[in-house]
Amino acid sequence: MSELVSQHQHAISLQRINAMVLRYWYLLMSSWPRLLELVYWPALQIITWGFLQNYISQASGFFAKAGGTLIGAVILWDILFRGQLGFSISFLEEMWARNLGNLMMSPLKPIEFLLSLMIMSLIRLAIGVIPMTLLALFFFGFNFYAIGLPLIAFFCNLIFTSWSVGVFASGLVLRNGLGAESIVWTLMFAVMPLACIYYPVEVLPAWLQAVAWTLPPTYVFEGMRSLLIDHVFRADLMVWALAINAILFAASFAIFLALLQSAKRNGSLLGGGE
Amino acid sequence: MRLLSQWLNDGHMQQVGTGQAQSPAVDQGGSAAIDVAHLVKVYKTTRAVDDISFRIARGSITGLLGGNGAGKTTTIAMIMGLVLPTSGSVEVLGARIPEQRYDVLGRMNFESPYVDMPMRLTVRQNLTIFGRLYAVQHLRERIDQLADDLDLKEFLDRSNGKLSAGQKTRVALAKALINEPDLLLLDEPTASLDPDTADWVRQHLETYRKTHNATILLASHNMLEVERLCDRVIIMKRGKIEDDDSPERIMARYNRDTLEEVFLDVARGRLREGAPEGTP
Repeated sequence: MSELVSQHQHAISLQRINAMVLRYWYLLMSSWPRLLELVYWPALQIITWGFLQNYISQASGFFAKAGGTLIGAVILWDILFRGQLGFSISFLEEMWARNLGNLMMSPLKPIEFLLSLMIMSLIRLAIGVIPMTLLALFFFGFNFYAIGLPLIAFFCNLIFTSWSVGVFASGLVLRNGLGAESIVWTLMFAVMPLACIYYPVEVLPAWLQAVAWTLPPTYVFEGMRSLLIDHVFRADLMVWALAINAILFAASFAIFLALLQSAKRNGSLLGGGE
Repeated sequence: MRLLSQWLNDGHMQQVGTGQAQSPAVDQGGSAAIDVAHLVKVYKTTRAVDDISFRIARGSITGLLGGNGAGKTTTIAMIMGLVLPTSGSVEVLGARIPEQRYDVLGRMNFESPYVDMPMRLTVRQNLTIFGRLYAVQHLRERIDQLADDLDLKEFLDRSNGKLSAGQKTRVALAKALINEPDLLLLDEPTASLDPDTADWVRQHLETYRKTHNATILLASHNMLEVERLCDRVIIMKRGKIEDDDSPERIMARYNRDTLEEVFLDVARGRLREGAPEGTP
């Protein structure tokens, strides 16, 4: 090999991560439907739920008092859902393009690949959610950013959960091919009823509450209601969410690597089909 | 630390304390480019590769011949570390595969009909990304050089999806050469190309081998291609090596004028003349 290639093959390489982010950026910029799709659904969501909030706040004293809980929940749910989709769709792009073999044969390491998907998830999220928050402000007078510093805790916890789910779902697709693609689109909805997005945890039966408290988003949505309704920031909830997220994150990585190994045993990396 | 190492290296533990050099755990010349020993791959009940062994010298071009399902692609995939062997060992440029593959991936590259380059990206964008993944220095100049060598200039800024099959093959070859690899693994490099483009690709591979002393292992169904390009041919059938020699000696052994006739003899189980009893 000539002196053409630099020899730092062992550590995590920012250059390789940057190359992958650039790859997804090129793709995003080359396709206006992809860009539109990022903004379209969040915008529709916020407008629909915003008008619903307006309507029920006129009829209910509670919702009048707890102004913005519904809109806030919609935005936070979108961070969770779009964060995972942003991660997983970038991964699926490689499967659709039949490019995974090229990447797996390059010096790109799985951890670098996953880190680039996380960065892309943030970029895609920003493109989708920032217009959503501006619409909430413009149409319904709900200033999402007025939540202040707690918003950082909410965001971090939700994005960590979304990445954990994204890593796990990507591992399943890697192992089982595009036949498992529907899992990517639907897995987060399994979390939805238990994460208590639009209602407090007490609404659930006692045994289900125990299950709900194993999910980091439950702490975030409870924390949001506490902040918007009682004007109290529950740091304890955020710490619990972070601790569970750390476990989920590590577990999802371990599962991804196990599924990658399984794909290599199974010989499915070169095909990637159905 | 072990867990961290596992995360960094796609689940393969780097062996420590074995007394062998670690990183870079590869030799810089002298030994074989590829050393395969008693390699076996079993998919459920199918024995795709059945106890094969071979060594490939540096700077050589070796053809892996065989019908569909002979085990060529699985063998190449195991050499690349994309498929894990059931048993046996693979060493590439002195590194054990898959355990030490990240030590040598930057010195290898490949082209296969089983993979594509992203369609929406332009040729230049694709080459830029792969150049960065391979940490190619002076990347812009390298892309320009490849565009000259492989005649890509006129469509360098066209998206990959809008290229003809021949143009795509040249782009895939440019990607495979972007890091000036010491070892090039090619699976059907001229499949679906017209004779002129296929000849042109072969010429380029020959030139690359000569100028870079590169090792090339190619799987092909194109017997003329193998005859023309390869110093050595490994014929596989049902996961086993049926024959392994220079094209001339193999043709002489089978008393045939072309490798295609030899291929048909092997595929149809005809006994080769002068072969020891018990061999096909």
